[in-house]
Amino acid sequence: MLSYAVRRILMVIPVLLGMSLVVFFMIRAIPGNPAQVILGQKATKEAVAALTHKLGLDQPWYVQYIKYLGSLLHGDLGESIRTGAAISDEIWPYLAATLELSLAAMIIAVVIGVNAGIISAWFQNSWFDYIAMVLALIGVSMPIFWLGLMEQWVFAIQLDWLPTSGREDVRSPIEPITHLYLLDTLLAGNTEQFMQVVQHLILPSVALATIPMAIIARITRSSMLEVMKSDYIRTARAKGLSMFWVVYKHSLKNAIIPVLTVIGLQTGLLLGGAILTETIFSWPGIGRYIYDAIGYRDYPVIQSGILVIATIFIFINLIVDLLYAMIDPRIKYN
Amino acid sequence: MTLLALMLAVSMALVGCGKSEKTSSGATEKSSSQDTLVYGRGGDSVSLDPATVTDGESLKVTKNIFDTLLDYNDEDTTVKPALATEWTISKDGLTYTFKLRKGVKFHDGTDFNAEAVVFNFERWANGNADKFPYYGSMFGGYKNDESHVIKEVKAVDDYTVQFVLKRPQAPFLKNIAMPPFAIASPAAIKKYGDKFGENPVGTGPFIFKEWKRNERIVLEKNKDYWEKGYPKLNQLIFVSIPDNSARLNALLKGEIDLMEDLNPTDLKQVEGNKDFQIFKRPSMNVGYVGLTATRGPLKNKLVRQALNYAVDKKAIIDAFYAGQAEPAKNPMPPSIPGYNDAIQDYPFDLNKAKELLAKAGYPNGFEMELWAMPVPRPYMPDGKKIAEALQANFAKIGVKAKIVTYEWATYLDKLAKGEADAFLLGWTGDNGDADNFLYALLDKDSIGSNNYTYYSNDELHRILVEAQTVSDENKRNELYKKAQEIIKEDAPWIPLVHSTPLLAGKANIKGFKPHPTGSDKFTKVEFK
Repeated sequence: MLSYAVRRILMVIPVLLGMSLVVFFMIRAIPGNPAQVILGQKATKEAVAALTHKLGLDQPWYVQYIKYLGSLLHGDLGESIRTGAAISDEIWPYLAATLELSLAAMIIAVVIGVNAGIISAWFQNSWFDYIAMVLALIGVSMPIFWLGLMEQWVFAIQLDWLPTSGREDVRSPIEPITHLYLLDTLLAGNTEQFMQVVQHLILPSVALATIPMAIIARITRSSMLEVMKSDYIRTARAKGLSMFWVVYKHSLKNAIIPVLTVIGLQTGLLLGGAILTETIFSWPGIGRYIYDAIGYRDYPVIQSGILVIATIFIFINLIVDLLYAMIDPRIKYN
Repeated sequence: MTLLALMLAVSMALVGCGKSEKTSSGATEKSSSQDTLVYGRGGDSVSLDPATVTDGESLKVTKNIFDTLLDYNDEDTTVKPALATEWTISKDGLTYTFKLRKGVKFHDGTDFNAEAVVFNFERWANGNADKFPYYGSMFGGYKNDESHVIKEVKAVDDYTVQFVLKRPQAPFLKNIAMPPFAIASPAAIKKYGDKFGENPVGTGPFIFKEWKRNERIVLEKNKDYWEKGYPKLNQLIFVSIPDNSARLNALLKGEIDLMEDLNPTDLKQVEGNKDFQIFKRPSMNVGYVGLTATRGPLKNKLVRQALNYAVDKKAIIDAFYAGQAEPAKNPMPPSIPGYNDAIQDYPFDLNKAKELLAKAGYPNGFEMELWAMPVPRPYMPDGKKIAEALQANFAKIGVKAKIVTYEWATYLDKLAKGEADAFLLGWTGDNGDADNFLYALLDKDSIGSNNYTYYSNDELHRILVEAQTVSDENKRNELYKKAQEIIKEDAPWIPLVHSTPLLAGKANIKGFKPHPTGSDKFTKVEFK
């Protein structure tokens, strides 16, 4: 298991290298000069030329790539063209915001998705099954943009229960320590602000959870149905075990592997793919950080941002792979 | 599933609200009814050193941290005293002498005086187009450039500063009043160096307190502000909420007090509500269809005129601007001195359009691309839909327009290379001067930058360059009127609208007057 883990971690290196190369070329293939974009519509030609030179964008591509790679190896993610700040300093608050949001969304998605899938399988072809699966279908195809605005309209404006957007009340801002606000408010022992953070989290995380929740429910259902047809389940039931134990202990353990795979992939996707949710709820996350950077052709931020997300994505899937062996002893990595 | 999630959310919310409702909404009520104003906008600033930026999002914040020697009047771009209390201009138009306000201090406690003014202008003049982009474009370049307008800036005494120019510059005072040329604390510039943009120190009504990128910028009252009794607000917070509808939701919920870029289509939602009010920014913009004069049938003036005849501007304004715009006939809005109101617009006349097309050799029309702006702007709230309306208009005279769009930076890049046939674009003026519209957008010198149509007319060029140096206001206006006639005849554009940008705010906001430049000073704003 350990050697497997080490092998997998080593495999990350060529993947990231390939990734950096692809991203490097892709963003340079888009038309639009960063200098022009940064200086804006009103800049003179001289200004654009001067900034292009200053940013080293007039150098051949391989020189730019090697320089970039060289600094990466030194742990330097580069400097943002737009703000001039080191990306390694700048990126964490955005990443923390996204982590908090994705985690909340995944908790909602997993708790509801897995249980809905199980109950649907348990009571296959019942009204619950039909309703849940229709809702799951709607969930998968729901435009997040619309859902987000509707959530704001209903829960924030009409019912006045929750805030519309942002991570905190700007009138009583949170003093960041780790930039994970749930943690920060707890560390500060401020329960009022903690509740404020929870309230701000609910609407965006529900919006973000919708699609993964629906996918998880559908996968859980089909995986459970398959397992519940097997002989050992029939035996367990014949022995007189209660249905609850049969389902939640015996079936689930065998049905969970594909569900876990989906959870891993979805978590990774949420980290980078929350741009719409982050825009509607003005959540200062990494999706918007990179999206804005694309608008400004802020090459270093795009490159390093994608690289950071890719790394997390790879590690989440590695953890999922290692979990397989823990859950199912038949799986061996030697 | 969704329903379940929402139910869960609601129940969690109820638990949460039960505990903290009083405190969180109570706090909101308390502060908003008093002295903190939260202003919701679409984007974040790039830097808070106004001389280094060109983006409106930066300047609308720095306008409140810094002062300029002169400022614009509340509702137009006529200049009035600010850090300079009075000024004289020599007869030859080459020497400007400013008397400075006494007893003004920067936020770091250092004195504002003539030396500080000289220091700032020296800093910009010794820079380059990359460091101080606006300086170069407004004052003809930098210290060693032939075209640089300012010969010398000198401190005559502690409170008198003199500008000597190489040649007269008609809009000099208007330029001086632009937010990028705000006077910053020399001590702070030396102290922070490259980081001054994150630690701005000026003399303005508000002191910079905090900037959390992509979230908010917090400013606090300058208690020693030179305008006695002002500012009224204790705190001014700029928050970024990128989506226009989400920003409106935040306003309706009371999380923000004032918002810009209200969708014209959302106007009704606010208008009938007694808790809110609408603010209309006086129009200083133009939205237009550019007709690239170097491409296919558009090379022919008659074709460009025909397309002008084919557009029903009123229908477009009713449909997409909720009536909050006036049809444009010239490339600049009527509020700018030199506007030629005698010009007759090409009326909406399909027969005349067809006639001109036939005369130009295209009796059956032709095919072209029509580029739609991918981002909303006050002068173009929905590029895609406006393009569709234009497409339908053009189809009536046999011109088949294919709608094309790109991501914004790509869009501008391709336009600058002259790759579009017809395209949607617009412009918001910087200083209320005709030069800032006509020369910037349609002179042959601006090809490759803001003259995206590649339209070039030597006579027009001669007139526009002459107008830059004429200091006699009447003569200058005559030149601009003539320029507009030439442009109308050559028809490189279909000028569409001068729109009225909409803002919405709480009903109890008092003293807020949106400025046509888009940079508002909050000195006199308060809550009733």
